Order: sequence, then C-alpha cells, then structure tokens
Amino acid sequence: MAMTINGTQAASRAGTRVSAREGRRWHGRALGLAYLAPVLIYLVAFYAYPLYRNVELSLRDYTVRSFVSGDAPFIGLDNFREVFSDPTFVPAVVHTAVFTVASITFQYVIGFALAIFFNRNFRLSATLRALFLVPWLLPLIVSASTWSWMLNSESGVVNSALGAFGVPQVNWLTSPTWSLVAVIIANIWIGIPFNLVILYSGLQNIPGDVLEVAALDGAGGWKTFRHITFPLLKPVSAIVLLLGFVYTLKVFDIIWIMTRGGPASSSTTLSTWSYQLGFGSLLPHFGAAAAVGNILIVVALFFGLLYIRYERDREAR
Amino acid sequence: MNVRRSAWTTCLGIVFTAVMLFPVYWMLNVSLTRPADMRQDPPNLVPLHPTFAGYQAVLRDQMPYLGNSLLIGLGTVLLTLVVAAPAGYSLSKLRPPGGRSLTFVLLMAQMIPGIIMAMGFYSIFLNLGVINTWWGLVVADSTLAVPFGVLIFTAFMSGIPDELMGAAKMDGAGSWRTFWHIVIPISRNPIVTVSLFAFLWAWSDFIFASTLNSGGARQPITLGIYRYIGNNNQEWNSIMATAVVASIPAALLLVVAQRYVAAGVTAGAVKD
Repeated sequence: MAMTINGTQAASRAGTRVSAREGRRWHGRALGLAYLAPVLIYLVAFYAYPLYRNVELSLRDYTVRSFVSGDAPFIGLDNFREVFSDPTFVPAVVHTAVFTVASITFQYVIGFALAIFFNRNFRLSATLRALFLVPWLLPLIVSASTWSWMLNSESGVVNSALGAFGVPQVNWLTSPTWSLVAVIIANIWIGIPFNLVILYSGLQNIPGDVLEVAALDGAGGWKTFRHITFPLLKPVSAIVLLLGFVYTLKVFDIIWIMTRGGPASSSTTLSTWSYQLGFGSLLPHFGAAAAVGNILIVVALFFGLLYIRYERDREAR
Repeated sequence: MNVRRSAWTTCLGIVFTAVMLFPVYWMLNVSLTRPADMRQDPPNLVPLHPTFAGYQAVLRDQMPYLGNSLLIGLGTVLLTLVVAAPAGYSLSKLRPPGGRSLTFVLLMAQMIPGIIMAMGFYSIFLNLGVINTWWGLVVADSTLAVPFGVLIFTAFMSGIPDELMGAAKMDGAGSWRTFWHIVIPISRNPIVTVSLFAFLWAWSDFIFASTLNSGGARQPITLGIYRYIGNNNQEWNSIMATAVVASIPAALLLVVAQRYVAAGVTAGAVKD
C-alpha cells in the first residue's frame, strides 16, 4: 500500500499544475483506501466469506464426512424443501413471531413508563438509572441460569411467591404450555434497559417549556402523554422498535440455556432450531441448519433495511 | 411540599430498581446458600447460614476458564481496535470512495444473527483445521464488535476540527503521524468505549464458544458455566457463585465507566 502512495506522489510531482491537483485528489483517495484496507479485508474474510459458506452449506448435502473432505453433492433447494416440510417449521415460525412481538411490546411499554418516571430527575435518579443497565450488561448465560433457577418448579422463588397467593405449582420450564412464556419473561427483563435508555434520551431532547405550556393549559398527565410526549417521541419509538425487532429475532442464548427449545419444541424459535439441527444432536444436519439460518437472515435484514431507510429519511428531513 | 414529593419519588424509584434487580440479588443469595437449604420451601430470602463453599468450588474448578476468557477478551479488544480505529479515521476525515456504502454495510452487519455467523465460521475453521483454538474464537468474537467500533470511531473523529489536522499537515506531519500522534491520543473516549464493549461481548459470548471451541484446551467461562449446569444439575450454589464471578467485568464496567456505557447503548441507535 505504501508503494502506491509513493508512486502517486512521484507522479503528481512530475505533472503539470492541473494534473498535480488531480494527483493530489487521487492521492487522497488512495490514502483513504489505505486506512480502510484492514476493515475491508476483515469484512471480506470474516463476514462475507462465512455468509457465503453458509449459503453454500444450505445448497449441498453435507454429512460429517463430506464436511471435512468438502465434496458434498450439490442438491439445489432440497434442504429448504426439507425444512419447509418439517413438522417443526410452522411451530418455530410461530414461536419466533410470538417471542419477538411479545418481548418488544412489553420491553417498550415498561421501558417507556420507566423513562417517563426517570425524566422527573429526582434525587438519586442518575444512580438508579445506571443500576437499571445491569440486566443488559450481564452475560446472557448468567441471566439465563439465574432465571432457570428462579423458575424452577419445586424450589424456585417465583413459584414460592405465587404459592403464597394460592397459585398451584407452575412448571415454567418443563411444561410445553409455559416454556415459551418463561423465556419471554427472561428476555423482557434483559431488554428493558435498552428501551429505557434510548427513550429516556429521547425525552431529554423534548424542550422543557413544551411540557410546561401543556401543564399551564391544564393538560393532565395522560393528556400530555397522548398529545405531546408520545407524538414527539414517535421517531425514537420507531428506532427502538425496529432495532428491538432485529435484536430479538437473533436471540438464541437465553432460550437454549433455559429450555433448549423444549420441551418437545414448545419454545423452539428459528435460531434455536438452526442450532439444534447443526450442533444440538449427534447426527448433525448442517444443510438444513444453514437453510433455517438463511431464512432467518432474510427476515432480519428486511427489518434492518426498514430501520436504515427510516433513519436516512429522518436525517434528510 | 415539593421536597416531600421528591423524596416520595425517590422511594418509588428505589422500589422499581429493587424489583428490577431482584434476579441479581437472588443470584447472590443462592450463591451463598448451603446446599442443604437449597430445596427449602419457602426459600430463605437472605442467606441465614452463609457458606462460601460455592466460591471455593469456583476457585477449584473455574479458574482456567476465567483466565481463558480474559485472554480471549483482551485479544478481541486488540483486534477490534486495530481494524476499527484506522477505518474510523478514513471514513471521517479522508473521504474514501464508497464510504457511504461501507457505513451501510456495517449497519447491516450488526444485524446478522449469531447462529449464521457461527455456522459459517464452523465450516471454515473445520476446513482450515483451526477449530477449538482460542485465537479462532478471538476472530469470531471480534465480529461482534468491529462494525460497532468503526461506527463509534467515525462518529467521534468527525468531531475533531479540521484545523487541528491542517495544522499538523503544515508542520509537515504525514497522514500516519497525524493519525498516530494527534487523532489517536484525543480519541481516548471512543477507544475506551469500544474496548469495554468488545471485551464484554467476547467475555459474554456463548454461541461462538459452544460451536467453535467446545473441545479446545482454552475454553471460556461461558462454557464453564454451561458445563456446570449440565453436569451437576443440583449444585446450584456453585453454579450461581460462578455466575457471580462471571458478572464481575459487567459490574466493574458499570462502576468505572458508567458514562461510556450509556454512550455505547445509545450510539448507533439515536444520532442526534
């Protein structure tokens, strides 16, 4: 890279004034690319190539042996056909949708309520707000194992608390009825901080006098929220919800550690199903696993594009 | 009146925080509970007979895993900084061709589900024979932080006044010297932010570790905990003690670098 830069310098020195300016511009671009080179190489080697391999996996018939030798036969879309006709496919899609929508709905509502609460700037509010970040910072395996024990059927603190109100024992993690609810609860807990922090910073950007005028006009709390706070925060809300959607689609650790997608696939999402197919059994189905992964990425990138387009439009305005 | 109302709000705030942090408290409580008291109903809300047996088990079983996670975390930080800082400089100050498209690619890259990257890396690593190596895991973990890092560096470095760079140029400093002696030293904040998050994400990673390094000699603490859960299903005080120890970096981060953390959460999501 250094050689091309020196070459440009020599060329610009030798040329006329016009070509010297041209040369400088070229030099600037070459320099820009030189500093960009590490990340470009990185993106090709560690993003594009793995993604390409993933697509290739989904189009070939891989077994453990051909995985190593690399001579798996090309089978077109057979893996996708296999996945679509698998009895787990529809439940996995439904669970993914329920998990995502329920998680972001509750995270958003609770996060918004807390953001409004913290916006009052009382004593200790900054410290308490910082403590609210803890669930978001903890390693997921820590949160997941803690929730597993809290939701344990016989000895969990949640059932013990519910029992005090006369609720019979709930088999959170071991019954097909409750396993999805259990992982959603844990995931809501983890996602609240993200919603709180971003909505709070949005609230901070609303000029104080707007709310004061509303209060002077006699608008109550709910009225102020409905007609002023909420409309003003619509752009921020859109960002939180779109990003939340993309992030929640990806969730794997929590579900896998708490339930492994079970019992009987009752909490299987596309992420955990893909992992299950590729790594979760003694007889891996890499092709099918990659096919599920590729379906997931299409959905994630669709919502990702929506988010980026929304951001661009907003910046343009 | 106002003072009393504020005090009341503070109390309410403390209650909310206590409810939110209850699982964290519970993890601590269980980590100190004797195995004999573990199945008690109702469970003890405070460890009446605290025991450190769980933590002794951590010292006995988990130290190598913790060391490995430290190594992998630091490796990830280094790789991320080396790749991301020059890219941020270029995107913010050198106007390279295709800069806007690259920013777009980086935003999209953050949205790729981990399981897909894990599968791709698995097949590549298997062919290259580098599966189960700690540095292979460093490479995979860095993908969690590099796009974020470039975006953070770009955002910060666009705020560096052009006059400062111009002055350096007048003094005859080449682009490398400008970058190394001017841009990097004043970029302390983004360096800290990116390092903290790169470390935390590598430290917390489970999916890459379990797919790319589950049979290696240097496995991280997330696998240590996972094995613990799988093997001795009953020893919850050891499991929770390990979880507490594994949470230390997150806790340190919050205490030492709170403002950087908040900056990291909002970065890339809200631009104004």
